Amino acid sequence: MTAIWSGLRTGFAGAAALMLTTVLPAHAEKTITAVMHSGLRVLDPVITTAHITRDNAFMIYDTLVALNSDFEVTPQMASFAVSDDGLSYTFTLRDGLKWHDGGDVTPADCIASIKRWMQRDGGGQMIADRMASLEATGDKTFVLTLKEPFPYTLEAMAKTSSLALFMMPERIASQPADEAITEYIGSGPFRFVTEEFQPGVKVVYEKFEDYVPADGPPSWFSGAKDVKVDRVEWVTMPDAQTSINALMNAEIDFMEFVPVDLLPLLEGMPGIQTEVLAPLGSVTIGRMNFLYPPFDNKKIRQAALMAISQNDVLTALQGNPDYFKVCGAIFGCGTPFEFADGSDTLTSGGDIEGAKALLAEAGYDGTPVVLMQPTDVVTIAPQPVVAAQALREAGFNVDLQPMDWQTLVGRRASQSAPDDGGWNMFFTNWIVPEVSNPLANVMLNGRGDDAWFGWPDDPEIEALRTDFANAVGLDAQKAVAEKIQAHVMDNVNYIHLGQLYSPSAWSDTLTGVEQAPFPVFWGIDKTE
Amino acid sequence: MPVYFLRRVLAAIPVMLVVAVFVFLLLRLTPGDPAAIIAGDMATPDQLDRIRTTLGLNDPLHVQFVHWIGQLMRGDFGTSLISNQPVIHLVGDRMWPTIWIALITITLSVAVAVPMGVMAAWRHGSWIDHLVMTFSVLGFSIPVFVIGYLLIMVFAIDLKLLPVQGYIAPTKDFAGFLQRAILPAVTLSSIYIALIARMTRASLLDVLGEDYVRTARAKGLTEGRVLFRHALRNAAVPVMTVIGTGFALLISGVVVTESVFNIPGLGRLTVDSIFARDYPVIQALILLTAGIYVFVNLLIDLSYSFLDPRIRY
Repeated sequence: MTAIWSGLRTGFAGAAALMLTTVLPAHAEKTITAVMHSGLRVLDPVITTAHITRDNAFMIYDTLVALNSDFEVTPQMASFAVSDDGLSYTFTLRDGLKWHDGGDVTPADCIASIKRWMQRDGGGQMIADRMASLEATGDKTFVLTLKEPFPYTLEAMAKTSSLALFMMPERIASQPADEAITEYIGSGPFRFVTEEFQPGVKVVYEKFEDYVPADGPPSWFSGAKDVKVDRVEWVTMPDAQTSINALMNAEIDFMEFVPVDLLPLLEGMPGIQTEVLAPLGSVTIGRMNFLYPPFDNKKIRQAALMAISQNDVLTALQGNPDYFKVCGAIFGCGTPFEFADGSDTLTSGGDIEGAKALLAEAGYDGTPVVLMQPTDVVTIAPQPVVAAQALREAGFNVDLQPMDWQTLVGRRASQSAPDDGGWNMFFTNWIVPEVSNPLANVMLNGRGDDAWFGWPDDPEIEALRTDFANAVGLDAQKAVAEKIQAHVMDNVNYIHLGQLYSPSAWSDTLTGVEQAPFPVFWGIDKTE
Repeated sequence: MPVYFLRRVLAAIPVMLVVAVFVFLLLRLTPGDPAAIIAGDMATPDQLDRIRTTLGLNDPLHVQFVHWIGQLMRGDFGTSLISNQPVIHLVGDRMWPTIWIALITITLSVAVAVPMGVMAAWRHGSWIDHLVMTFSVLGFSIPVFVIGYLLIMVFAIDLKLLPVQGYIAPTKDFAGFLQRAILPAVTLSSIYIALIARMTRASLLDVLGEDYVRTARAKGLTEGRVLFRHALRNAAVPVMTVIGTGFALLISGVVVTESVFNIPGLGRLTVDSIFARDYPVIQALILLTAGIYVFVNLLIDLSYSFLDPRIRY
């Protein structure tokens, strides 16, 4: 049998070798081919919070200020100075900044970009609410003046996700914030190659030769963004197994997200490296609808939280405990605001008996709980199933409804009753920087109809968020953040289900691959 | 014949109109909101509403329908709600990989399956017949993604003779195109070879017992001439039907194979557009598919008269 197989292999090899003289075209230039977590379709980073759009924006646009791995705000396109009274922020653009079409970056461009961003981003809106003026004061300087101090201003402008503040030429940034831009000119380290863009299939970037890197060592999104290759191509592969095969066959160089169950195929393979590049990872959460029974009742929300075990959810989701962490901190473990108040049952396996007692005390009448389960997204599909089982054990009457993610996305925006096209609970994931402070974390918005899906009317948390916004210094912020942690666990604004980490994989031909909340391609070199 | 052709083309117009109305309404009744997909997780209800207004999704259904039909009349398929690109460009870009792979698949399938079917019918009941039938059952039974992964494992990963995935236009790099097209075409061919071989065998068995075949043999014609010139031509009508329908199926999307081999074809565009509720793209794709079916069926019907002179229109 072995001989037959060997003969067949030789035969196939010979026949194919005769037919085909070359296997892969040689690259004359250095090109990194990467498979990202999804295909790029929407290009305007102000109109959508999609992660792939943000990742694309960090390639082609630059930011005024940036966040480093110590969560510090650093100068990027501009240095900044804050007046003693905290009302005036002066930005000075660094020398040599150019747009990809050759024009100089001016304060007018930056002002238009900031104003467009303010219309869409929560942090930007907070600044806008307090803004007295935003004016150019020179060829390279402009000043943001506030009516009242807002210590969070620079952090909001430096945030990395989801609606980060990117600079665009004034003629593009002048477009209404609800209309997608159609021209993709930035001043970032890579130039977007429009003519080679195929939505959902392929994105091509070329090194921007006129880019002047900022001073300082690269750290996350701050410091020098030195591009060491000629081109970067993002190709979309809908099948993870195909991506792995392509990486093993040296057809791609980088794979952003390797499903944990397929990781053993790559681990230990010569020429391939695997590592978690986003050390903070993501959090997974369950969100309830505050408008309808039974989760309009705080005690019943507490019962649901008590029934669920983070370990059960994370085990179903990731399997391998090396790639998840039971973590009670709503702002994420490893962040400055890591507090675990009130998370005992979640992190210690749940308390079904306690949940039953709370349900009885609350007078739960068996109202069905509509749980939406997106079956087509592997990173969100298991949570509802595990939660449904825990809730059933605690005595909830659970109606688990499978659907595709886009149906869920449409339905969760509905404020109708759960039995009339509405819902009671759904699950989703966030990367940690998106939830790592009380103002960035949209699930903490307690403004009723203006809040995020679920619409909690929670004046107490709004007061705490205002305290956080006005807190000066990290210690003061930490004190408020801990109160918010305790409040969220008590009021159950959402159920924090722990932290998970996604491994990436890349070819040994790449050097300089650095850790960051999401992949960056500056600093990476490639040897053929 | 020209009158028949014209009549069939005219008959396609109401078919396409019914398809257009049906698709438009069905999509609007499907749960999901393109605005929510565009805006992402953090959008507020007010932001969603403004995006819906910008996209025209807040207009009454009949207004949206009239607007779309008006665009179609001008040859404009609209703009993708998600990527903001003209639909005609999106579909045009993704059509060629599908057409090329379909052409290679059908050519390969016919080249292999017809001789297989003829041999099986000619040696009916022999080991050749059993071998062909066994292959046919396997071709039907093994899912295409299993065949695809097996071929990748052997020819790309193990032997390193062919690329794992991808597509290059033949006009850009013909050798590169062939290298990338072989495995998906062979994968897709497995089911079509099985189908066409079975159909050829069955049709040929029917005609091999006919008087004119016996007469041809009595005249002393060679067996090859009897089989291919006389019997096969008469048995070809149902085979042509299968080939034509198969080609239309291949064009209208083979999403699993396109995913396994990362081919940016119409199948993946269709699935992506449905998941994104990208109405203009889905509408254009379904109209295109309906048009292809109408056209292919017309070609099949016309081919009957060439194969069998007794059929006249």
